Amino acid sequence: MAKEAKQLNAARVKQFLSNYAIIILIALLALAVGFTRDNFFSRSNLVNLIINVSPRFIIACGVSGCLITKGTDLSAGRMVGLSACLSAMLLQDVAYSGRMLPWLPDVPVFVGLIAVLVICGIFGAINGCVIAFLKVPPFIATLGMQTIVYGLCSVITKNQPMGGYKDSYTKVANGYLLEGAVGKIIPYLAIIALIIGLFMWFLYNKTRHGKYMYAIGGNESAAQVAGVNVPATLIRIYLLAAVLYALGGFLLGAKAGGASVQTGYGYELEAIAACTIGGVSTNGGVGKISGVLVGVLVFEILKICLQFLRVDPAYTFIAQGLVIIVAVALDLRKYLAKK
Amino acid sequence: MSEYRLEMRNVVKTFPGVKALDHAQLRLRPGTVHALMGENGAGKSTLMKCMFGIYHMDEGEIFYEGQPVHIKDPLDALHHGIAMVHQELQPITERSIGENIYVGRYPLKQIGPVKIIDHKKMYEDAARVLEEVHMNFDPRAKLGSLSVSQMQLVEIAKAVSADCKVLILDEPTSSLTAGEVEALFTIVEELKSKGVAIVYISHKMDEILRISDEVTIMRDGQYIGTWAAKELTTDMIITKMVGRELVDLYPKRKNVPGEEVLQIEDFTSINPKSFRNVTFSVRKGEILGVAGLVGAQRTELMEGLFGLRCHSKGTITYKGEELKINRPADAIKKGIAMLTEDRRATGILGVLSIADNVSISSLNQYLIGGIMLDDKKIEQLVQDNVAKLSIKTPSSKTLIQSLSGGNQQKVLISRWLANNPDIFILDEPTRGIDVGAKYEIYCIIEELARQGKSIIMISSEMGELIGMSDRIMVMCDGRVTGFIDGDKANQENIMELATQFEAV
Repeated sequence: MAKEAKQLNAARVKQFLSNYAIIILIALLALAVGFTRDNFFSRSNLVNLIINVSPRFIIACGVSGCLITKGTDLSAGRMVGLSACLSAMLLQDVAYSGRMLPWLPDVPVFVGLIAVLVICGIFGAINGCVIAFLKVPPFIATLGMQTIVYGLCSVITKNQPMGGYKDSYTKVANGYLLEGAVGKIIPYLAIIALIIGLFMWFLYNKTRHGKYMYAIGGNESAAQVAGVNVPATLIRIYLLAAVLYALGGFLLGAKAGGASVQTGYGYELEAIAACTIGGVSTNGGVGKISGVLVGVLVFEILKICLQFLRVDPAYTFIAQGLVIIVAVALDLRKYLAKK
Repeated sequence: MSEYRLEMRNVVKTFPGVKALDHAQLRLRPGTVHALMGENGAGKSTLMKCMFGIYHMDEGEIFYEGQPVHIKDPLDALHHGIAMVHQELQPITERSIGENIYVGRYPLKQIGPVKIIDHKKMYEDAARVLEEVHMNFDPRAKLGSLSVSQMQLVEIAKAVSADCKVLILDEPTSSLTAGEVEALFTIVEELKSKGVAIVYISHKMDEILRISDEVTIMRDGQYIGTWAAKELTTDMIITKMVGRELVDLYPKRKNVPGEEVLQIEDFTSINPKSFRNVTFSVRKGEILGVAGLVGAQRTELMEGLFGLRCHSKGTITYKGEELKINRPADAIKKGIAMLTEDRRATGILGVLSIADNVSISSLNQYLIGGIMLDDKKIEQLVQDNVAKLSIKTPSSKTLIQSLSGGNQQKVLISRWLANNPDIFILDEPTRGIDVGAKYEIYCIIEELARQGKSIIMISSEMGELIGMSDRIMVMCDGRVTGFIDGDKANQENIMELATQFEAV
């Protein structure tokens, strides 16, 4: 009896280690770096982490819906770029001499935001329709969309980088709540990310849309038999995803104070990696918003660690790629049928 | 030399939530036909899949000619001279008959440094093998051009071509016509005389008693015993299989069929090979059984009614109203529910909880303010159903895939009950469910009928159809070939209608 219990415990520990291997490894790495390098455990580094995580978390939230339904969205990064460029064109300071659209009157930040959300939303809806009605595999459909969006972005920006934003736009990303007496603590970015996180949590757990999404991911044919409107749900998922990319791009542009066609390059893979590390299964039907947040955090911490260790950025890519593959491999191990 | 060609001892195999094999055993003598019998879910196919290397046993040993062997995959099994004809066909319909026979072990020829497939030899060999089993198909024809029963014969040819020492036939006659069954038996006799040990799985008693030398009976994954076929009678086999008297296999039916509620007229698929010109009706509180061989298009017909498949013409009239059903949501809205045949593929949402699985079709009923789901109401619904259908589960948060087949089926029935439908289409409702749970499912079906629901039940188990139906509709090759009243139905008159193929 005691022996059995011991075996059970050993099995549980092993399972825990295998399920959270990457998170544990990166946490250990962070501790090691933190105790050997200066300034790792500093407030500025923490704020820096939060600012980097916030837009990426919003983008990863978008991708998570696609992944949960066994799809993917490779157009995320380029959509982020398109959104950043469109925001730039709309929200350059009227006094700035190099304006992309000199004829444009002053556009309020809010109107600019709505405009980019709507435009990217349309592309997302197209993604959804192609996947739901034409049955093009999501990998291919969004790969095509990635290229289309990139091309379109090159055309409208004439491949020129843009800057000279109005203050009210950059303030969205660079402002802080409680600025002053206690110093810079809570960036607006974090608040926006938190609101999005709460909204997504509600959507995934408390609404029909969320339940239908998990059902499709769990078993699309069964969901259809159960009366779920599969095409409508998929379209909503890809549309919402694109709107979140647009918001992410809008914020990234504000944060950087500039944008070009290269903005957002590679973000889709980071987002997919973060989701997978956070337990969103590529096998479908499984994934939580809290997991997505953990995944993004862990991935960002890895990047910061590598920076502190002064690893050549070229090697950083290799490390990130490895993490993605290992994360998916470990995830799939959980679901492989034990024959 | 061992007395046995192949021996399996103390085989244990557990799937999540169900012990499929519990110290099962089997001993095969060379040159004999060994029937393996048991109810659906008794573990016959699982045992054979262990022998064939598709599943790995948790415990147990296999001896081949007295030597312990470890079979790691089907290719390994073939190398040991074990071949298997599966219950469910796995045809590659777009490739030729010859390629299907030799897939995975194509004859090769050396051209310079590389080995390439020797197509000429493959087709010559295929032609010879087909001839050996008395089939004269062109091995270069696409497999898809054959009928289902012909494909089954090709599968048998494939097993024969492997020059096997042990041949497993898992329900080989389920889709064969009487003439084809005779041809199969001739082949089996020939193989027997060559010393092949044959495992024969079938539900058809007369076949078993006619062709087999020995019979091993299994129940609930356990070994019950092995007898010489001569010593057994049909009744003895059934009693041993079921483990209790046959009388209480089905509940007493107290449902009273009322007026006609659903009329289907001239219902025809867009696929000319599928269901066509189907006309039938169902009464309130009636259990209508649907019989037919594999390939009779029963499932396709029901999926057509439920909006999962397209139809080209025909009408569905429900209580005088003509229904337009293009997708399942339309059917559900009108009060039709369907339990699909393949629970895993199109029924359960495996990685989701029981609560999610029960509520998914009726979420509109639990909204607060039109948006937010009321978790308490959903939990109440689940608890009600868990109690009402006595679903055995630790909690409503348990993943449905960890339940046994019978409990999964009950969860799916709960899903539909939440919508309060009037018509239940049940496609093989007790497939892969153990004996005890089957009886519970029958009781649920009977009670639904007693409440005035109309039940359409497809089943391939004759006993179930005869025991449960008020009326039986028989289909053959996409057409309805007749109706039989439940109390007049027997194996013979059903089979007669089920094999009324149109003259080509």
